[in-house]
Amino acid sequence: MNLVVRNGRVIDPANGLDAPGDVLILDGLVSRVGPKLQAPAATPTVDAGGRVVTPGLIDIHVHLREPGHEYKETIASGTRAAAAGGFTAVACMANTSPVNDTRAVTDYILAQARAGGLVRVYPIGAVTRGLKGTELAELGELAEAGCVAYSDDGRPVMNSALLRRALEYAQTFGKPIISHAEDATLAEGGVMHEGSISTDLGLRGIPAAAEEILVARDIALAELTGHRVHIAHVSTTAAVRLLRDAKARGVPVTGEVTPHHLLLTDEAMRSYDANAKMAPALRPKRDVEACREALADGTLDAIATDHAPHALTDKEVELDQAANGVIGLETAAALCLTHLVREGVLDLPTLITRLTVGPARVLDLPGGSLTPGAPGDVTILDLERAHTIDPARFYSRSRNTPFGGRACVGAPWMTVVGGRIVMREGTLA
Amino acid sequence: MGLKRKDLLEIRTLEPAEIVTILDTAASMKEIASREIKKVPALRGKTVVNLFLEPSTRTRTSFEIAGKWLSADVVNVSGSSSSVVKGETLMDTAKNLEAMSPDCVVIRHSASGAPHMLARALRCSIINAGDGMHEHPTQALLDLLTIREKRGHLDGLSVAIVGDIRHSRVARSNIWGMRKTGMSVTVAGPPTLIPPGIEELGVKVTYRLEDAIRDVDIVMMLRLQQERMTGGYIPSLREYARLWGLSLDKLRAARDDVLIMHPGPVNRGIELSPEVADGPYSVILDQVANGVAVRMALLYLLVGRGGEAGEPGGVPA
Repeated sequence: MNLVVRNGRVIDPANGLDAPGDVLILDGLVSRVGPKLQAPAATPTVDAGGRVVTPGLIDIHVHLREPGHEYKETIASGTRAAAAGGFTAVACMANTSPVNDTRAVTDYILAQARAGGLVRVYPIGAVTRGLKGTELAELGELAEAGCVAYSDDGRPVMNSALLRRALEYAQTFGKPIISHAEDATLAEGGVMHEGSISTDLGLRGIPAAAEEILVARDIALAELTGHRVHIAHVSTTAAVRLLRDAKARGVPVTGEVTPHHLLLTDEAMRSYDANAKMAPALRPKRDVEACREALADGTLDAIATDHAPHALTDKEVELDQAANGVIGLETAAALCLTHLVREGVLDLPTLITRLTVGPARVLDLPGGSLTPGAPGDVTILDLERAHTIDPARFYSRSRNTPFGGRACVGAPWMTVVGGRIVMREGTLA
Repeated sequence: MGLKRKDLLEIRTLEPAEIVTILDTAASMKEIASREIKKVPALRGKTVVNLFLEPSTRTRTSFEIAGKWLSADVVNVSGSSSSVVKGETLMDTAKNLEAMSPDCVVIRHSASGAPHMLARALRCSIINAGDGMHEHPTQALLDLLTIREKRGHLDGLSVAIVGDIRHSRVARSNIWGMRKTGMSVTVAGPPTLIPPGIEELGVKVTYRLEDAIRDVDIVMMLRLQQERMTGGYIPSLREYARLWGLSLDKLRAARDDVLIMHPGPVNRGIELSPEVADGPYSVILDQVANGVAVRMALLYLLVGRGGEAGEPGGVPA
């Protein structure tokens, strides 16, 4: 597929570029970036005048729920949500049913992605069989089948010896391990952050120390084994401090943060709304501030949505029984532009970095830049578009967002995957 | 003078004036209990559903009697007889109940926030009869009524709440109610059973029973759930009773006119020795009697004509 995007403000952090110009995609790959490019005759043209052209956004933490929980999301619906939200690639977690702990499941995911996926899908394999935390999954076979990383996300690998072996063994294949860092013994039974609000609401709390303990352990094991650990959804001041220190010492560790942990606090639980229940829990303001600072200074490498679709029946129940998590693919870009860039937490190039080259480097994915030869994936942002988040219009099968009704300024305007336009002005191709 | 709200979910969001209204109304309801024929027509033609999805004897009976004395039709649905055991969700149960047009659903549930969920979904009034570890507002109101009767006022009084504060909805509702009515509150218990950040609710914290009960007007002992041992909160009931149980001996540290309260049911010999529970300072049975009056008042204010302007029908002024 060929495409030329003209007259946009091109921001390509990987190449230190922030200038007006064109992006030429030939045969699905980036060909050139620069002013007034010559394009072959009959190349389709997009006028991006007044808009921002970036490498395609990458979300390295989503749950596509297929196979097994298709009533929440499918690979088709989840990638449609991704395209609508400006994402050109997603990495999907292994907690499907069956768990993605064998080649057959990885093959199935990739086949479904080829058949009905609108954006690129990178499967993440399980660390342990069945996510049970007792025996290693066949990490070699999973890598061969196409898994880009390993994670038991949703269930921390509590056995430190087993995680150590996993890190050692995974070195052969060069794929990082993504850690859901939450001490399960401290978190057990908890539904929200432990503090004065959980006390007030009479809800079982999870102390911030649950995250801190496992982040400290994971860093120690990364240092011991020399293999890379990526900390998923960092949410506490202490975790940020540990990561910053570890990175300064050269420990191979990276971190991500979700939009909801950057924008919401544990006050959101006041209404007993299950859409504010997630793991890790929403934290107090001081932790939100710490995560924002860490995102700005690069301690946190990526913004990842932890897109976690759940049907109404999983959420419209007593809070103790409600499923964890919220969807994020269709709201992340708009929320980040509105609340991080407009409110001065990050400048625009830094936000783009954390949504493109940052996540691409964490999982060593192609894409994330407009370097010639890179995948022809482009996202075009309209920084001025005022709109209100309306879950009824989501392409995802699920509606579990705490951001419904929120006013935003800024939205993805076009999503291009391999030179093909998959979303234009909020509507899928 | 009524309540300008559909539901009673928590004390936290009540105005102090609303608390006074409820207590005043409850005080006037008490006269009915002394009548030969304990029946007034205030809620005739109204239907109250007691949806008790967690075991309860005292509170359910209290609500049932309150409704019946006001001539409401009272229906009891309990956990074991409800369709909840057949896998129906709380929301479905609630919507099915609503289809039968009750005027009020009184709910007791093991999950904090369950009444809030119902209140959002249903048009009828919801009264929280205890939700998880969150609140038990009618208990706090009957406790306040009891204290006001015994002391003549609430403002300026001091209270110690002792025991398992962490898991106690009674403690939370009482803390809010007592703070809103000008009382000072100290909570005491083993540190494992004091929840984090409780100071932000405006209370003092101490870990020693003797310090807590010295010089206070009221000592409120909480029930210790026996299963707390398995959670590692306390090493043994024996040690808990020795350190945190209120015996006659320890009571010497308190004032001579102290009131001893307990929301029931009492674990005799654990948080209260029998001599204290049955002793002259104990107002435990007054609390129970006042429970009916407070629940009558709430049903009347939320469901009956007490919620509108005008004189209450059939209720003593």
